Amino acid sequence: MISQYLLEIDALTVELPGAARPVLDAVGLQVAAGEVVGLVGESGSGKSVTARSALGLFPPGARTTGRVLVEGADLVGADAARLREVRTATAAMIFQDPRAGINPVRRICDFLTEPLRLTHGWSRRQAQAWALELLAAVGLPDPPRHLRQFPHELSGGMLQRVMIAGALAGEPKLLLCDEPTTALDVSTQAEILALLGRLQRERGLGLLLITHDIELAAASCDRVYVMYAGRIVESARADELFGTPRHPYTIGLLGSSPPLTGPLDRLQPVPGAPMGLNESAPGCAFAARCAFAEPGRCDRAAPELLPLPEAPGRSAACFRASELLLTTEVHP
Amino acid sequence: MTEPQSVAPQPAPLLQVTDLRKTYGATVAVDGVSFALPPGGALGLVGESGSGKTTTARMLVGLERPDSGSIKVLGTPLAPVVHGRAARLARAKAVQIVFQDPYLSLDARIGVGATIDGVLRLHGLSDRVARAARVRELLGQVGLGEREAEALPRKLSGGQRQRAAIARALAVEPAVLVLDEAVSALDVSVQAQVLNLLADIRREAGIGLVFVSHDLAVVRYVCDEALVLHRGRPVEHRPMAELLDAPAHPYTRLLLASVPHPGWDPDDIARRRRELSRPG
Amino acid sequence: MSSSTTTSPPSPSQPSPSQPTLQRRPGAAWLRRGFLAHGWLFRICLVLLLLFVLVALLAPWLAPQDPTIGDFANTMAGPSADHWLGTDQGGHDTFSALLEGARTSLLGPLGVVVFSSVCGMAVGLFSGWRGGRVDAVIGRVLDVLFAFPSLLLAILAVALFGKGLSAPVLAMAVAYLPYTARLVRSLTAQQKNRPYVAAYLVQGHAPVYVAVCRLLPNIAPTVLAQSTVNFGYALLDLAALSFLGLGVQPPTPDWGAMINQGQGAVLAGQPLSAVLPALAVVLVVVAFNVVGEQLGDHLAGRES
Repeated sequence: MISQYLLEIDALTVELPGAARPVLDAVGLQVAAGEVVGLVGESGSGKSVTARSALGLFPPGARTTGRVLVEGADLVGADAARLREVRTATAAMIFQDPRAGINPVRRICDFLTEPLRLTHGWSRRQAQAWALELLAAVGLPDPPRHLRQFPHELSGGMLQRVMIAGALAGEPKLLLCDEPTTALDVSTQAEILALLGRLQRERGLGLLLITHDIELAAASCDRVYVMYAGRIVESARADELFGTPRHPYTIGLLGSSPPLTGPLDRLQPVPGAPMGLNESAPGCAFAARCAFAEPGRCDRAAPELLPLPEAPGRSAACFRASELLLTTEVHP
Repeated sequence: MTEPQSVAPQPAPLLQVTDLRKTYGATVAVDGVSFALPPGGALGLVGESGSGKTTTARMLVGLERPDSGSIKVLGTPLAPVVHGRAARLARAKAVQIVFQDPYLSLDARIGVGATIDGVLRLHGLSDRVARAARVRELLGQVGLGEREAEALPRKLSGGQRQRAAIARALAVEPAVLVLDEAVSALDVSVQAQVLNLLADIRREAGIGLVFVSHDLAVVRYVCDEALVLHRGRPVEHRPMAELLDAPAHPYTRLLLASVPHPGWDPDDIARRRRELSRPG
Repeated sequence: MSSSTTTSPPSPSQPSPSQPTLQRRPGAAWLRRGFLAHGWLFRICLVLLLLFVLVALLAPWLAPQDPTIGDFANTMAGPSADHWLGTDQGGHDTFSALLEGARTSLLGPLGVVVFSSVCGMAVGLFSGWRGGRVDAVIGRVLDVLFAFPSLLLAILAVALFGKGLSAPVLAMAVAYLPYTARLVRSLTAQQKNRPYVAAYLVQGHAPVYVAVCRLLPNIAPTVLAQSTVNFGYALLDLAALSFLGLGVQPPTPDWGAMINQGQGAVLAGQPLSAVLPALAVVLVVVAFNVVGEQLGDHLAGRES
């Protein structure tokens, strides 16, 4: 079976024993080759769990249903050989904190060449030549010198480039970036995103960018999914999402960051806190914090993520999504 | 490099910082930081990691001893080292701080209400009933109720913990409150609540705020003026609106451009950053 | 057996000194939750320990005979109605000696652990809090202390101050001090950098108050776990000392001394009087180890 998507997650539900609600609840998303897709959410929204599922990494002890198709092959219940193949050849992941993902007492050279030598059986010389090429590709100024360096000799931004080089080593088609710039300075953030954008264009990668920063997602992605409490609540093209958000949560997120330009009105924050794993709601998970919630409707049943008839290509999981189009205006 | 422009000094500044300098061995963490904060004013200390903003904040509350320079609160210089109970309490009344990490900044063993109660007792409120009332009042001010007062910190969300930390700092009734990246570890929707809370506190309590952050948008929301730090040195000190409309220093311009917005071009920012870090 | 007892006590890193901070108040509810959260081995060991402590407390009332008085008509006897577990070569009742021996055998390590934990906490807290040069000097002194095998130090103390319980216990306490001190030092240095400690200082609390009344309670449960492990090893060391005849002197019953005195009985084909105290030592040491390490793991795990 050939899928048109590199990554296609379909009705993925992950339940942990002892949790009041599923970690992921019928999550569906697609990433095509050459596409940058954003996955936005706050803590506990399940965005990282979703991203890890694309490598076949599910939380230990979890009950998992649904499908995670990477190049058409399902990873839910896949055997070790299949997972290994996906992880070494098809998909790669970049994490938030580059220092946590690298052995501090090994040289950069070992970090980059060891997987190639162990999994692909390359010679040392071959692997080193490739590592040099990778370091040059991620824009490090002096690859031969960096290869001999230890992680502590590099700044956070440079180390994240090394991690990206490591992720590219197996020439993946799908790059999963889990908050790749959150631990970095703001100006370094732009550098890393510029690099990711360039690599993605040059190599035609599918890129899934997981972030808590909706502005960042809107500024650097083609399409964006917004997650809340283990569900996808809205999906849209980035410019549409930014201009006319349809789910009250998206509206709330956009209204939560103070603007850098324009009039400085009082922020209209979403009341309360994101829903933890030990909380659940009979209806819409966001209803308790929602300014638009209709008593007797939103707190009874959970709305499904449905395509909006009047806006092709967009979906929202809100009973009132169609009404909200007319009443909200965020960010001129 | 442009000379940092200073704001015309007020007649009686709440906080007057003059020429602070701090080095760790050969590394200069902070050099030549001066500013004045008028009563009820709010100043943003803006910069990235290694800019010296957190070191400056820690010097303000006495957790680090400056190599040179002076810190005056209401005209009284703060001693670099304090001895004795009275001196410690006086120091505490001058400047308080709220830290970045809401998970580590509260004592895990002690309930939020009891923590604040301890602060009040330390600062001489001996009557139990009055203290309990004041605890309720302070927690109410930051939007926490009876249930949260009873709870241990681990039972609270990140936002609630940060509110508790703010209440704990306010319990001392300081002249100046330093917020060291106090909202940057919070979820976006919760961050907005805390920002509104800070704006309210500033308006109601008339307290001076020093707001340390890397996020210019957040600084704009809370502060009237900002001091931009780059590698321990101040590069620009101006009223917020001016700073954002016409940033004078290339580093300020870089910081501004780095904030993601529609039509954002990360390639251009990356180029400018490289130019800035080039020596000379 | 005797050769293995001379190997030194626990590795100081056992309850993971890099990790642990404690988020809960120790107390009955905490113990119950902790107790139920662990496996069967932990529960069995904890019950075993409680049983031993109970026996030690009630020994004079439980023991059917006075184990200090020898029944010379029945030396090296097998189990009988008079002597349930037989007698040793001096005619002492093995069962009664075992019960009464629990007292001295547990009291000695208790002294070692209490003294070494209290002093270790004081030294470690001071060192970790002060940091800098003071810390470095104390660290080196502790390293030197580490180099002395605890048993050797105890034998030295016996040579200087004479046989009995107090001299070896004191020497052993000094030898065990570095384990607690190092753990407390590293925990203190780690906790000191936490913003909650900084917050206490900024509020105007005296540094001594913050260190002793605020920081110490946060690391105490981890120290308790280390002390539990130490207890088992101290018991082993003291039993070895008694076995060598340098510890508690007969006729006061003690497990280590019993093993020594039972040697003749073993050769005569009545091994109970030597095997049973040895078994008791092994059981208690293993139980303390299991409980201590599980407590440590539990606390370390809670951090993350």
